[in-house]
Amino acid sequence: MSLEAFNNRNVTEGDYFLCDIEDYPQDGWGKFKRVVKRTFRGELFVGLWVVMREMIRFDIHTIQYPQEKMPIGPRYRAVHQMKRLWESDTERCIGCGLCEKICISDCIRIDTRIDENSRKEVSEYTINLGRCIFCGYCAEVCPELAITHGGEYENASEQREHFLIYEDMLTPIDTMKAGKQLEFEGFGSITPHEDERVKKTPLAY
Amino acid sequence: MDSAYLIETIIKVVVILLVFSALAGIGTYFERKVLAFMQRRLGPMNVGPYGVLQFGADAIKLFTKEDIIPTGVVAPIFKIAPVITAATAFMAAAAIPFLPSFEIFGYEVHPIVSDINVGIIYILGVMAVGLYGPLLGGMASANKYSLISAARAAAVFISYEVVTGLAALAPIMMVGSLSLIDFNNYQAGGISNWIVWSQPVAFILFWIAAFAETGRTPFHLIANDHEIIDGFGTEYSGMRWGLFFIGEYANMFFISFVIPLLFLGGYGDGSFLGALGLLAKVAFFFFFFLWTRAAWPDVRPDQLMWLCWKVLMPIAVINVVITGFVMMF
Repeated sequence: MSLEAFNNRNVTEGDYFLCDIEDYPQDGWGKFKRVVKRTFRGELFVGLWVVMREMIRFDIHTIQYPQEKMPIGPRYRAVHQMKRLWESDTERCIGCGLCEKICISDCIRIDTRIDENSRKEVSEYTINLGRCIFCGYCAEVCPELAITHGGEYENASEQREHFLIYEDMLTPIDTMKAGKQLEFEGFGSITPHEDERVKKTPLAY
Repeated sequence: MDSAYLIETIIKVVVILLVFSALAGIGTYFERKVLAFMQRRLGPMNVGPYGVLQFGADAIKLFTKEDIIPTGVVAPIFKIAPVITAATAFMAAAAIPFLPSFEIFGYEVHPIVSDINVGIIYILGVMAVGLYGPLLGGMASANKYSLISAARAAAVFISYEVVTGLAALAPIMMVGSLSLIDFNNYQAGGISNWIVWSQPVAFILFWIAAFAETGRTPFHLIANDHEIIDGFGTEYSGMRWGLFFIGEYANMFFISFVIPLLFLGGYGDGSFLGALGLLAKVAFFFFFFLWTRAAWPDVRPDQLMWLCWKVLMPIAVINVVITGFVMMF
């Protein structure tokens, strides 16, 4: 579908035209004529027909939410996910602490230690989702693409602690083994099949 | 008064109460579904298959809700107002013949509680009393929006009632009786005998006034949700609010019976087909109430009064005068 008709804002060319609007009647006779004209123009029946047409056409747009869900865009910033390395299945996080530094609501808490192989290891990593404003800075600053935002928007739970444990955010090892870890497509990526979903604004009926 | 008549009347009253209370609830289901389909939605879908048990869920919710009498309201009037609306709606049903008389186990049943000689006047009068519900409830609520709603109820009240009466007057002159059964028998000869052909103006006027009478959408200004919250219903909760609701929907059904009985032949010759015809007409008029709600905008109170007093009432008076002249000569 061509989008030119929507992008061309130059009103001197194209199909633009001035509406022919009559002046409002001032005297009683003019007002009376307007009332009679409006009464017998049958516009009420146009409205009745429009809604009846929609009822007969039965083009239902409802998404029955718990059973059906809309595809969510990759840019959506929901609960965080910690990714694993494709090569070794180990955690990507190197414990640099940049996310903790940049977090403007101060909700990320990271603690590291030197493990037995003299490597830096993340010993504690929590995100307080009660404070998180889902700005996405942590995902943007992460040098390893280790922390990203997922698409999980159903956050109802008995306790908000259910979402801030590192192990819950980390890609489960069996998902990783099956090669099903979803990669973050990057900022500016568009929702899949977005082109097909573009429609004309229904102004003319 | 013999006891058979008494028992029969009580059974009829109970049947009408039960049937139309249930119909009022089912009516809300149909309203939601029809409105949803017209707006490309699905409407209630979760309670029962296609949401048909939604009415039951709503009823349970209304019955079990706490009955709140807010501080500052005039409690006795506040409590009685919903009862007025519901009770008068059902009282009006006493003079409506719902079906032609039929025989059951060799006993002839007239599906009308009482064929009183002032029939139509009684129905319109009692339905009009129903507007005391919004009026008193709104004034007693100690709420600004309810008060506005009560003022609007009074405005609507004085506007449409004149039109209803004058519009019904012309057919009454032709039939020469106020009983709806006489109206029906006058038009029993078939479609060509329907009063709507000789009184089309009165039919349209009465139909318009019926919208004001039931407070449905073009004239839904008494409880306009987007302007004055729920109007007189703002402070009500639970079953008291439910009574307003039942009254409104029962009123819609009863006025949907009255319009075909007055103008569109009613149940005709009293055969089974005629009875089905009456039910079909009622279904159409009820559906039209829902249809207009999806399609038409609301008018302002001053526009309603302008319409009723400056347009509809003169037309109704002229209609009565012309009818009188035609009958005289």
